[in-house]
Amino acid sequence: MSPFLDVKDLKIHFPTDDGLVRSVDGVTFGLERGKTLGIVGESGSGKSVTSLGILGLHKGRGANISGEIWLDGEELVGASQEHVRGLRGKKMAMIFQDPLSAMHPFYTVGDQIVEAYRIHNKVTKAVARKHAIDMLGRVGIPEPGRRVDSYPHEFSGGMRQRAMIAMALSCDPELLIADEPTTALDVTVQAQILDLMRDLQREFDSALIIITHDLGVVAELSDDILVMYGGKCIEYGSADDIFYRPEHPYTWGLLGSMPRLDREPTERLLPIKGSPPSLINVPPGCAFHPRCPYTERTGDKARTEAPALAETEGGHLVRCHMSPAERRDLWENEIKPVLETP
Amino acid sequence: MTEPQTQPATQTAPARQGEPLLSVRDLEKHFPVTKGLFQRQVGAVKAVDGISFDVYKGETLGLVGESGCGKSTTGRLVTRLLEPTGGQVMFEGQDITHMSQGRLRPLRRDMQMIFQDPYSSLNPRHTVGAIVGAPFRIQGVQTENGVKKAVQDLLELVGLNPEHYNRYPHEFSGGQRQRIGIARTLALKPKLIIADEPVSALDVSIQAQVVNLLEDLQNELDLTYVVIAHDLSVVRHISDRVAVMYLGKIVEIAERKSLYATPMHPYTNALLSAVPVPDPRGRAGRERIRLTGDVPSPLNPPPACRFHTRCWKAQEICKKVEPPLAELASGHRVACHFPENAPGAPEAPATGKDEPVNA
Ligand SMILES: Nc1ncnc2c1ncn2[C@@H]1O[C@H](COP(=O)(O)OP(=O)(O)OP(=O)(O)O)[C@@H](O)[C@H]1O
Ligand SMILES: Nc1ncnc2c1ncn2[C@@H]1O[C@H](COP(=O)(O)OP(=O)(O)OP(=O)(O)O)[C@@H](O)[C@H]1O
Ligand code: SF4
Ligand code: SF4
Ligand SMILES: [Mg+2]
Ligand SMILES: [Mg+2]
Repeated sequence: MSPFLDVKDLKIHFPTDDGLVRSVDGVTFGLERGKTLGIVGESGSGKSVTSLGILGLHKGRGANISGEIWLDGEELVGASQEHVRGLRGKKMAMIFQDPLSAMHPFYTVGDQIVEAYRIHNKVTKAVARKHAIDMLGRVGIPEPGRRVDSYPHEFSGGMRQRAMIAMALSCDPELLIADEPTTALDVTVQAQILDLMRDLQREFDSALIIITHDLGVVAELSDDILVMYGGKCIEYGSADDIFYRPEHPYTWGLLGSMPRLDREPTERLLPIKGSPPSLINVPPGCAFHPRCPYTERTGDKARTEAPALAETEGGHLVRCHMSPAERRDLWENEIKPVLETP
Repeated sequence: MTEPQTQPATQTAPARQGEPLLSVRDLEKHFPVTKGLFQRQVGAVKAVDGISFDVYKGETLGLVGESGCGKSTTGRLVTRLLEPTGGQVMFEGQDITHMSQGRLRPLRRDMQMIFQDPYSSLNPRHTVGAIVGAPFRIQGVQTENGVKKAVQDLLELVGLNPEHYNRYPHEFSGGQRQRIGIARTLALKPKLIIADEPVSALDVSIQAQVVNLLEDLQNELDLTYVVIAHDLSVVRHISDRVAVMYLGKIVEIAERKSLYATPMHPYTNALLSAVPVPDPRGRAGRERIRLTGDVPSPLNPPPACRFHTRCWKAQEICKKVEPPLAELASGHRVACHFPENAPGAPEAPATGKDEPVNA
């Protein structure tokens, strides 16, 4: 049986004056109800475009979309814009990075939740309002009965984010996509929001996609992790695969770049050299080769031939020309010892 | 002589004896809040409300705390981009608290600020050469082989190609732009650099490049840093000592090791335990301190201990008596009546050495 959400070779390209922007260029993953997928990658790697693509928000906007998105047995890439719009709210919903841009400034928070709720539920305004107050209370807004009549700008950043989560969850969506839901927040508030998302997901048994550049946030929530680079999935596996036996040189680079509180501080960080690729002139061959310390190990192939995303073991997928044995050897003997020594 | 030059690496541990390079006492900045046609003052935002610390030559002091706690304001006060409303700022033994802009000008060379946003802090219409060379022109500094050569040396120093001289900021990535900003900062060979969130707008791989660069430059040029950041992992990596701010106050200040291994202020403990750890197997067993609510407004900060509205250890005394910033272990100061991890932890409220508590 195919999973609840099944994305196959998704491509989203934007024709622009400067050329074709290959924002998403072959992304494949599956996600079951009750499970959480983390998508990580640097700025511009295509994380948001992927998520907006699943919600059908690029449709009719001049984007070239190919591949397949199956949600609960229904294919969405080929479906009409109206049909996909009808699924938003109840079947799938999104939490955006910037709550102000997702909320209407002239309507109260309560009215916005009421409206969203009534699209999918034939209830009176009074019932919907009660539900809105309920939801605001559930996400930890103090005095929800009073705050329901506040405008978004009257909330602090953390409260706004919670209000948006309340809005996104008001119709019990089966798939919830959270795009950098805590990036703008302080760590103590971030911790509250992450707890909240974990609890609500458990309660509603929804499928959750969390998009972030913070490997810590991903590790807190995810069952599976997808690492994106230059519009492509370059590594995919369980959280254990990605954190304890990563096989892609880019993933190694991400882990080496990050100072960690849970380990003795290293003398120096191990950054990835260079900067992220342009999505218009993606480097030929392996898109990571200009920054990869192991280019020479795969000879000319790194520059001429695009590596395929191949399974290394038990659903762990890696896009690299090196053999799995060679990668594991590098990780165990060269990378891991450096990252983990005090 | 004035040409920026690379000095041999001096990797001596920061000496904390002698005169501090920067010394701050009871520093205050209250922004007036006005109302109505006549701009009547109705209150004040107590952005920085009586903080004291020293920064010694060659060290890095990290300044952490949540949004709005007054970190940037502190940075702007000590570099005198803002004038304090109270307290004192001493730089190399000179009182600069209310010094006129004219008299400050020569000192500006010695104190520089790096800003958070590599996008907006560079003028998009100027070339890299003009941007990095501007400090020479503004300060009227003569360079041995001309400004261009000096700028190209600086670009090389921060890891950029000297041939980028005629390019514009938009042609560079975020990390490269931050390097341009750093090159500009270094132009006049400052003694003290205040870096306000120097890496928070950058991707993690680029963050690491810039953090390493700041460390290399410190060793090569014998720089002193105050690094302002909200990321506790970055601050631990880069700092020798760390000060934690909450609502305009320093609540704890200590050597890096001591602060992270034995945090004493409940707020510091909460901050540290809130940082997500990139270790999925560890997540189940981790004990967490969860604060409720957001940081209160600095317009109406809670009385006495400002943290009492969110603190799980708060008692009556916390609402009535402000805890002094007291040295409870060597070099480790904390402002709390009931500190955690304090050596020989007193069951009774910790008090300042000579301030009696009359609760
Ligand atoms: N409508 C569009 N037209 C053209 N290019 C676009 C469009 N939308 C996005 N892009 C480009 O696609 C690339 C991927 O963007 P995306 O927003 O998915 O990045 P991201 O991984 O979410 O990055 P960030 O971490 O900065 O949010 C970027 O280079 C972006 O400029
Ligand atoms: N010019 C100003 N006028 C009035 N209030 C100000 C001014 N500048 C800052 N503030 C207020 O002072 C407080 C401290 O601001 P500051 O920018 O120093 O915080 P911060 O710790 O740097 O926060 P962040 O992490 O968000 O950058 C905030 O409440 C802010 O709104
Ligand atoms: S294919 Fe070659 S260049 Fe690409 S990641 Fe693997 S080793 Fe590096
Ligand atoms: S003084 Fe009281 S309220 Fe303040 S941090 Fe200490 S225990 Fe908490
Ligand atoms: Mg994005
Ligand atoms: Mg700031």
